[in-house]
Amino acid sequence: MRQNSFTTSLLSLALTTTFSVGAMAADIKIGVAEALSGGAAQYGVAIRNGFQLAADEINAAGGINGNKLQLIIEDEQGKKEEAINVFKKLIFQDKVLMVFGPTLSNSAQAADPIAQAAKTVAFGTSNTADGITSIGDYVFRNSVTEADVLPETIKMAVKKSGIKKVAVIYGNDDVFTKSGYDNFKKALDDLKIPVTTTETFAKGDVDFKAQLTKIKVGNPDAIVLSALLAEGAPIMVQARQLGLNVPIIGGNGMNSVKVFELAKGKSDGLYVGSPWSIENQAEANRKFVVAYTTRFKTAPDQFAAQSYDAMNIAAQALRKIKLGGDLAADRAALREALPAVKHVGATGAFSFRRAIDKAGKPAGYDAQQTAIISVTRGDKFSIEK
Amino acid sequence: MLEQQLVNALSLGCVYALFALGFTLIFGVLGVVNLSHGAIFMVGAYAAEQAVARFALPLWGALLFAFVFCGLLGLVIDVLVLRPLRARNAPHLIPMIATIGVAIILNNGIQGIFGAQSLRFPPGLVPEEVLMLGGLQLTALELGIIFLSFALMAVLLVALKKTQFGRALRAIAESPKAAYLLGINVEGLFFMTSFAAAGLGGVSGVLIGLYSNALFPLMGQPMLHKGIAVIILGGMGDIRGALMAGLFLGFAEVLSVAYIGSNMRDAVGFGLLFLILLVRPKGLFGTLQERKV
Repeated sequence: MRQNSFTTSLLSLALTTTFSVGAMAADIKIGVAEALSGGAAQYGVAIRNGFQLAADEINAAGGINGNKLQLIIEDEQGKKEEAINVFKKLIFQDKVLMVFGPTLSNSAQAADPIAQAAKTVAFGTSNTADGITSIGDYVFRNSVTEADVLPETIKMAVKKSGIKKVAVIYGNDDVFTKSGYDNFKKALDDLKIPVTTTETFAKGDVDFKAQLTKIKVGNPDAIVLSALLAEGAPIMVQARQLGLNVPIIGGNGMNSVKVFELAKGKSDGLYVGSPWSIENQAEANRKFVVAYTTRFKTAPDQFAAQSYDAMNIAAQALRKIKLGGDLAADRAALREALPAVKHVGATGAFSFRRAIDKAGKPAGYDAQQTAIISVTRGDKFSIEK
Repeated sequence: MLEQQLVNALSLGCVYALFALGFTLIFGVLGVVNLSHGAIFMVGAYAAEQAVARFALPLWGALLFAFVFCGLLGLVIDVLVLRPLRARNAPHLIPMIATIGVAIILNNGIQGIFGAQSLRFPPGLVPEEVLMLGGLQLTALELGIIFLSFALMAVLLVALKKTQFGRALRAIAESPKAAYLLGINVEGLFFMTSFAAAGLGGVSGVLIGLYSNALFPLMGQPMLHKGIAVIILGGMGDIRGALMAGLFLGFAEVLSVAYIGSNMRDAVGFGLLFLILLVRPKGLFGTLQERKV
């Protein structure tokens, strides 16, 4: 017994020493809260990969002023409640300097106020819904909102394909596709493009022919589509099967090379707009695409590109501040340094733009970027100018 | 447009019916609302996708593989989960809740192995050209689904009505204890039913997976919800009812999209379901006292 407790205390002593040595090396702890399981994992996993790739590159190049980045990755399952739990754990228990995430706008609405109250930066890389950055001045995102992108996509499609009237179809049981629809609707109103019919579907539907048959009757020049890939790709295929061969104007959810696999042979004529395109040959993006593909054996998507850039944006702010070890002061210093960051990454030139809250007062920060509009042709995105 | 919408409704209805056949079979015999049927459906699609990708199986091979693979999975679920509960005479709700657990395990297992991203069957597994029948567009796959759901229903009905095996199953559905006293191998038939029902689930997973061309771990959940509605409407455990109710839901959905608006689709579909159940609480083909196989 005595022997035992002696070993235990030795062990705990040893453990304490290792831990304090670890702390001496001054790892910078960054929380990552993304959906790694559940339906949203198809985005969350790519997002996590982007963070890991960027953090490993930064660490391999000497870290932040000699300190290594340490990612603490938690699964928020794409659920509000879980996002709240995970944010609390990262902020209060792990005492991270800042938190990336969560994956879905829904979860961000729920969890970001916790970070705001704890005066810790919450940095979303995939939240595109309106109002997230109105939560407060500690809320940042580098995901370009669809409100900024979709009008550009429509304008380009109109210019290239001579579109006079469109039909709209969107998923009405998902915040992301619904908010995409709202933005499409606003853009179509602003551009005074008549809508022949507006149709909806639900997550997990496999048959869209009823809606598409109805759309065909209105004889539109294009179909505006706010969907995630699992439904968007079958919609493209079934539209073509019904002889609806008009261009399709897609939202963020359709901007993935996966569309060429899922809608094989029927993927032509899809317009998407985003700051990121896999075909963008700019140096920073080419390096990212190669590095990501080599490491994860799969092509990156927009979500991976945005998280990769976000980590580099945060790193740039971290390089400018001196971390004193007082957590509250360090968190505040990071908050002060972030807005000034200007970065050229996989998604092109980036800067922050101040958002306002509901009362019209300055709040968090949105992304300021220009969209690249691409159209699919022969199983490839090609950039339209 | 109406003609095309009726064709659309027929094929969507058969999609629902195909899913509901195995679902209603297992309820009819075992008396279990098997909430893992959606997950089994999904596993069938993934298993066939892997078999096709690795061994270049033709379509019939993929269907057979999915049938056997999911059948065995159904057996495993029966042995590990349902039989122990039967042995303890667990009340009705318990096996149902246990199958939710099975579904969670399967969904997360598949996601762990294949990731959450959508997969698809290799192109060319089914002929992709569109058939034109007097101005109506229909794919070969849709025809196949329509044909198969009617054929499978017919096979199941004949097997249940005309064979010794079917008579034994109906006896069990009436009362497992009485069937046992008559010398029927009740446990053996339970196993066979679990095998066949899960196998049918797997086959429908392949066909519907081919139809939507997007396989993802949670693809079975929405289908399960529709499936529950279908088997309740058809009369729990009734094979003919599953087909008729599947068609009913398909027509209700498509026609409400066509004439009322797609926003109202589920409201109309489920509203009608509610009305029918008000009039016939045991569903279209169910009877009040007995459970049918």
